[in-house]
Amino acid sequence: MSERVFRVWRGADEGDLTEYRVEVNEGEVVLDVLHRLQATQTPDLAVRWNCKAGKCGSCSVEINGVPRLSCMTRMSVFAEDEVVTVTPMRTFPVIRDLVCDVSFNYDKAREIPSFTPDPATSPGDFRMAQVDVERSQEFRKCIECFLCNNVCHVIRDHEENKEHFSGPRFLMRVAELEMHPEDTADRRAIAQDEFGLGYCNITKCCTEVCPEGIRITDNALIPMKERVADRKYDPLVWLGSKIGVRPKDTPIVPNVRHPRE
Amino acid sequence: MAPSRAPDFTRHTYDVVVIGAGGAGLRAAIAAREQGMRTAVISKSLFGKAHTVMAEGGAAAALGNANPADEWRVHFRDTVRGGKFLNDPRMAELHAREAPERILELEYWGALFDRTADGRISQRNFGGHEYPRLAHVGDRTGLEMIRTLQQRIVALQQADAAELGDPDARLRVFPETAITELLVHEGAVTGAFGYRREDGGFVVFEAPAVVLATGGIGKMFRTTSNSWEYTGDGHALALRAGASLINMEFVQFHPTGMVWPPSVRGILVTESVRGDGGVLRNADGKRFMFDYVPDVFRAQYAETEAEADGWYDDPAHHRRPPELLPRDEVARAINSEVKAGRGSPHGGVFLDVSTRLPAEEIRRRLPSMHHQFKELADVDITAEAMEVGPTCHYVMGGVRVDAETAATDVPGLFAAGEVAGGMHGSNRLGGNSLSDLLVFGRRAGLGAAEYTAGTGGRRIPYEAVEPKAREAAEHALASLKQGTGENPYTLHSDLQDTMNDLVGIIRRGPELTEALERLSRLEERSTGLSAPGDRVYNPGWHLAMSLPNMLVVSRAIAAAALEREESRGGHTRNDFPEMSARWRRLNLEVRVDGPGGVTVGRRPVPDIPPELLALFDPDELAKYLTKEELPETAADADEEERA
Repeated sequence: MSERVFRVWRGADEGDLTEYRVEVNEGEVVLDVLHRLQATQTPDLAVRWNCKAGKCGSCSVEINGVPRLSCMTRMSVFAEDEVVTVTPMRTFPVIRDLVCDVSFNYDKAREIPSFTPDPATSPGDFRMAQVDVERSQEFRKCIECFLCNNVCHVIRDHEENKEHFSGPRFLMRVAELEMHPEDTADRRAIAQDEFGLGYCNITKCCTEVCPEGIRITDNALIPMKERVADRKYDPLVWLGSKIGVRPKDTPIVPNVRHPRE
Repeated sequence: MAPSRAPDFTRHTYDVVVIGAGGAGLRAAIAAREQGMRTAVISKSLFGKAHTVMAEGGAAAALGNANPADEWRVHFRDTVRGGKFLNDPRMAELHAREAPERILELEYWGALFDRTADGRISQRNFGGHEYPRLAHVGDRTGLEMIRTLQQRIVALQQADAAELGDPDARLRVFPETAITELLVHEGAVTGAFGYRREDGGFVVFEAPAVVLATGGIGKMFRTTSNSWEYTGDGHALALRAGASLINMEFVQFHPTGMVWPPSVRGILVTESVRGDGGVLRNADGKRFMFDYVPDVFRAQYAETEAEADGWYDDPAHHRRPPELLPRDEVARAINSEVKAGRGSPHGGVFLDVSTRLPAEEIRRRLPSMHHQFKELADVDITAEAMEVGPTCHYVMGGVRVDAETAATDVPGLFAAGEVAGGMHGSNRLGGNSLSDLLVFGRRAGLGAAEYTAGTGGRRIPYEAVEPKAREAAEHALASLKQGTGENPYTLHSDLQDTMNDLVGIIRRGPELTEALERLSRLEERSTGLSAPGDRVYNPGWHLAMSLPNMLVVSRAIAAAALEREESRGGHTRNDFPEMSARWRRLNLEVRVDGPGGVTVGRRPVPDIPPELLALFDPDELAKYLTKEELPETAADADEEERA
């Protein structure tokens, strides 16, 4: 057991860092220490968490400036006398203390045309090889912690881009559907025009912060960029769309961009 | 924002309100919406974060992809065996029959399960299941399931956006909203009252039908695999609304939770580790499970390591390894080894897969476990054994429901998933929870839709609902004061110690009596709680509001456990160690009786229909049933044996 200094953001978008001295035991993670603060010093400290096992993606915060899950950040990664500073995710509005309003993400999820099987098929018809599902399976490991969207400079530093950019999480969702062996929609045009794939300049910050170790940039975003380029610049595809033999681009879902209250 | 003494409510009117957004709740909401009902889903957490996400191993469904001999009757038989013949037979039957269809439906909504060589859904072995039966995605099946249901809801919202111009027109999710009281008028449900975590605002939902899908109760115990959400809300709401709970004495302690370091104690280690070849050893390096095969399972389990090891590749000619006994057996065995001084350094036993599979295979099949131990315990499970011990995981008990419609005793109130009782009898098999959520989630949604349709649009006027809502609001605000009352975290901690120490895996009459006394004192203290701060996202206040739920459900568990004088499944009495055929015929039924008090009644367990009873060997039936219940041939055989 040792005593450590924690600096924790208190308040909403307006607020400040409050310093606490708090007991830390062997094997603990940052979330344990936040819970001890709640139990012993400040019961109203707002922290969002659920599973405490790295499976639900609720407890995303920034620890000493690095976006992380607080339940998977062990105290042993810090030096003995290091002050631990915990702040809310910077890209989203703060509700209170360490809890953000992440509704941006749920709005973006609704814009993506859903899985679209061939209407001639029925449940039980699919035959898919393991090797073919593995590409999308990697992206479906996503626990929706939104750390990738939080770290992405396109929206972290540019509020004005939020309207036109879905962030790595949802561009990866587009890639997941495009790579699903039984999906029949074509989201390549809207990936570029509506979801802002072109804003991504492959700095790989999203991949770096992903607690699931998903290779978002290499396996989802870059292949998606290639598919978009193929569709736009391949002369045969161009000819096909001119004479009407190419399947139509799937449009963005109507009436979801500004959902009503 | 200062706490307000004159609370304002946001009012919503729906056809069906679903409380809980895990697997059962989402599946119920999908079913209700598909029937044309305007449906609300209320979630304590963000959308897609519910406890279902933590399910690891898989969903049991007799698809017959891995072994064509599998079919629903075999699944039914395994389920009833696992539940020690206390299951509601109709629920177990419907579950076994419908699970395959529900899994294929998920696949059609976009779920990507692991595949067999011929491109079908792969199935894995699990405790108590005769054949490989669990559809899975590595060891993150729950995540796949909740994400698929979440995305199905989004797909339905998109259809409504296209048709009606508003994605929330017929199906709306209310994230981070907690229900504290059901609204009941003249004995029937009229809606629900709750608060938004985001701003502390109060919400009234008016609806003729409410589906409870609130999950379990694990947060009453110190060592648990459950998340903060598992505070028994639905169990308590149902009790206070006049419904009854059955089988509350049966609490499942999963045999393998992490034990070290202390901060992760209780976190689940999936049964897939054993399904895929992992074995349990004590401090002497002995595979001790061979010593713990009970008589009722003797015929199905191997007696030597060689026989057990042969089973993985040639199940037709070998009996199963005893590590794959139902969870209650394995949990008790680990408990006994540790008590006998043969445990691991941190009070568990060793679970080893490192000497059983190549490292690459372990990383492929058990990626989450590999990650979890590496990150949280500095243990590389491809190179060394894990330390594991029992952890409170699941409650078999729950609201008594009608098998077909999930309707409770209270008109308009339905329940599905972990909050419902009966399906799993005295012990749930691994993998049967995820399939339970789908099968009975859907049935509850259909049942609620049918009920609402049957009301013909008649609504209870708001004036009739409002007084109860105001009362609920006053109650909710009671603990929100800067006074000198008790810290809710302290009370919660004391409750966890009480339940863990006195109502845990092994129980004794006098300790249960003491637990009930301690609960009375905790209930008294719960009236003087104080949560400083305002109404905006205040966790101390939220905990204070959920403590009364935890206390009444704890009492239900302890009272039923004291009443049942036998040992069966998730209920082990040191003072009554035998299983009794007489007790097998009885469900204990808990109701509330005044504030905080409960009564325990008895009701007969429904009989297993003869055609399903015929699936069991007469010798096996003789171990469970009373002589009068046995089919004639079995009774005669029993008679001869005795003579």
